[in-house]
Amino acid sequence: MSTWTLSGALNRALDDALGADERVLVFGEDVGRSGGVFRVTDGLQRTHGDRRVFDTPISEAAIVGAAVGLCMSGWRPVVELQFDAFSYPALEQVIDHVAKMRMRTRGRVDMPITLRIPSFGGIKGKEHHGESPETYYVHTAGLKVVTPSAALDGYTLLRAAIDDPDPVVVLEPKARYWAKEEGDLSVDGPGIGVGRVVRDGDDLTVITYGAMVMRCLEAAELLAGEGIGTRVVDLRSLAPLDDDLLARCTRETGKIVVVHEAPRTLGMGAEVAARVMDLAFDSLAAPVVRVTGWDAPYPPASLEEHYLPSVARIAAAARRVVSY
Amino acid sequence: MDAPDHWSGTAPARVLAPDGTPVGDTDVGLDDDELRAVLRWMIVARRLDSECIALQRQGELTVYPGFEGQEAAQVGSAFALGPADMVFPTFRELAVALVRGVDAVRYLWYHRGTWHGGPYDPRATRFGPICIPIATQIPHAAGFALGQQLDGSAEITIAYFGDGSTSEGDFHEGANLAGVWKLPLVLFCQNNGWAISVPTASQTSGEIWRRAEGYGLPGVRIDGNDVLAVYAATRDAVARARAGDGPTLIEAMTYRIGAHSTADDATRYRADADVERARVFDPIVRFGAWMAATGRADDEVVAGYGAEADAFAMEVRTGVTSQGSPPREWMLDWVFAAPPASWQTHRDEALA
Repeated sequence: MSTWTLSGALNRALDDALGADERVLVFGEDVGRSGGVFRVTDGLQRTHGDRRVFDTPISEAAIVGAAVGLCMSGWRPVVELQFDAFSYPALEQVIDHVAKMRMRTRGRVDMPITLRIPSFGGIKGKEHHGESPETYYVHTAGLKVVTPSAALDGYTLLRAAIDDPDPVVVLEPKARYWAKEEGDLSVDGPGIGVGRVVRDGDDLTVITYGAMVMRCLEAAELLAGEGIGTRVVDLRSLAPLDDDLLARCTRETGKIVVVHEAPRTLGMGAEVAARVMDLAFDSLAAPVVRVTGWDAPYPPASLEEHYLPSVARIAAAARRVVSY
Repeated sequence: MDAPDHWSGTAPARVLAPDGTPVGDTDVGLDDDELRAVLRWMIVARRLDSECIALQRQGELTVYPGFEGQEAAQVGSAFALGPADMVFPTFRELAVALVRGVDAVRYLWYHRGTWHGGPYDPRATRFGPICIPIATQIPHAAGFALGQQLDGSAEITIAYFGDGSTSEGDFHEGANLAGVWKLPLVLFCQNNGWAISVPTASQTSGEIWRRAEGYGLPGVRIDGNDVLAVYAATRDAVARARAGDGPTLIEAMTYRIGAHSTADDATRYRADADVERARVFDPIVRFGAWMAATGRADDEVVAGYGAEADAFAMEVRTGVTSQGSPPREWMLDWVFAAPPASWQTHRDEALA
């Protein structure tokens, strides 16, 4: 058993993937000599050489576009787009080509691209460094989208993403990069498309992902003191969603709160709410409530805590559905 | 003889004058049979292009983007490639596809609305998916060339694009990447003077071939309606790429005789006189005149190519018009290599 940070576990996942498959390439801005702005690629160039781990010009569209061409010539690119909002120049490549190439070529060209994007807020970052881009990717048919909330799961999910024959967007919660977890890294965890219950409870289910998992656990602890049993689900996989788990939690607790940092409108909360109605409407005992970032651009560091779902807001929503 | 407006500035390199008179070294490394094959493909390509426009008018194709006037740029460059070299086209490179051996009926699935950009096998044919989003194929070509470089392969990649593409960020990003990494890539611009309705002068104020210097690579401007000049320039660029000396930017000056596509009415923005002026530079007339003057292809030979082109166009017409709609499963069959379980349920619903 060792202690891992999320950053360290992701680094090991890349290291092991590079070791396991000589067609794996790691590239992006500052991933080589510097080891990445969050040190996720630290030391990889030394270990695996500058042919397989290399820096690129500041060219997000070319980074992702080149990954498309590399897939066509039989490589397995793992690319880093340095920050959430800096992934947008590559959106055309992602939406028009990465997500569609397999269909367009009737299965003759796979796109085993892993697109790592440090994401979400909570680190008192500058503007454009705290955004939640998940809806753009989740809404794009042909992509898979995952987000780990802790170190051990980060390893499992990133290895699964790299091994997957389809394009996978990995949204890495910046606020969790340095959080520590004890345990052993393994590829034998739940795969893409599987969520997990991180705390059990019978009165309601709080469904969340990324850095908000920790806040929801704090809220659950607070609510436990009031006699409310809160189940907390870490979605892990935003596309596809774990329909079985959503249905089971709805049937077993009847009440659902969804929590995310992203703005409310057309966020994951909207999709989860629609899905639980579709999957288990008869079991719903209260309206699904969303606790989210506001429908406003992400604020400066000084106001960040007013924007992010707080423990108090999550707990208030939980009380509301429980007392419905 | 006034050349089209956008040819002004640096004189494009030429082997044959517009009337077919040699003005440069005509020994470009093609033997007589190959030269005849070049002429034949240009004639076949033009005939198929006109058949496609007819097919669209008759409702057998959806929108079709013609390439009349660009036969030399396309056939000449395609002829300079090795069999395993990789092509990344736009949506207007049907003549390149023909030379590469792509099945024309399968290619035209795209314009019939049967299937999206990759109806043929891009890897087997070495002809990438038809690409509509402007300039986005250039980074793909750079990535493919990087893959070739990493593999130590002897093959190279060529990216086709138009003058309008050079206003897009993806052109800059792809060309820059190619320069920094010295990729085995040929950047082949067909400057046909028009981006739908916008003339080159409104697209960019400089000469496109000169951009190469900014990326640290050689650039050349050639007469894109002179098939020998096109072949020679592409041959040299391919040789550089294959030798590990990096990319070359070729600006081939040509002219889009037809509208942007069958959905476009070019009379709204372009004078007929401009088109008539450009017709003087017709690539098939020019090359045909030289082939005749040098005794390589007389009228009888050319008439024979015309007859073959007619037969080919009819064969393609039959193939296209007999193609029905694919089964609806196709819209879901290839979205994922490893379809998630919940997505399978969604698929079942769609096909219920």
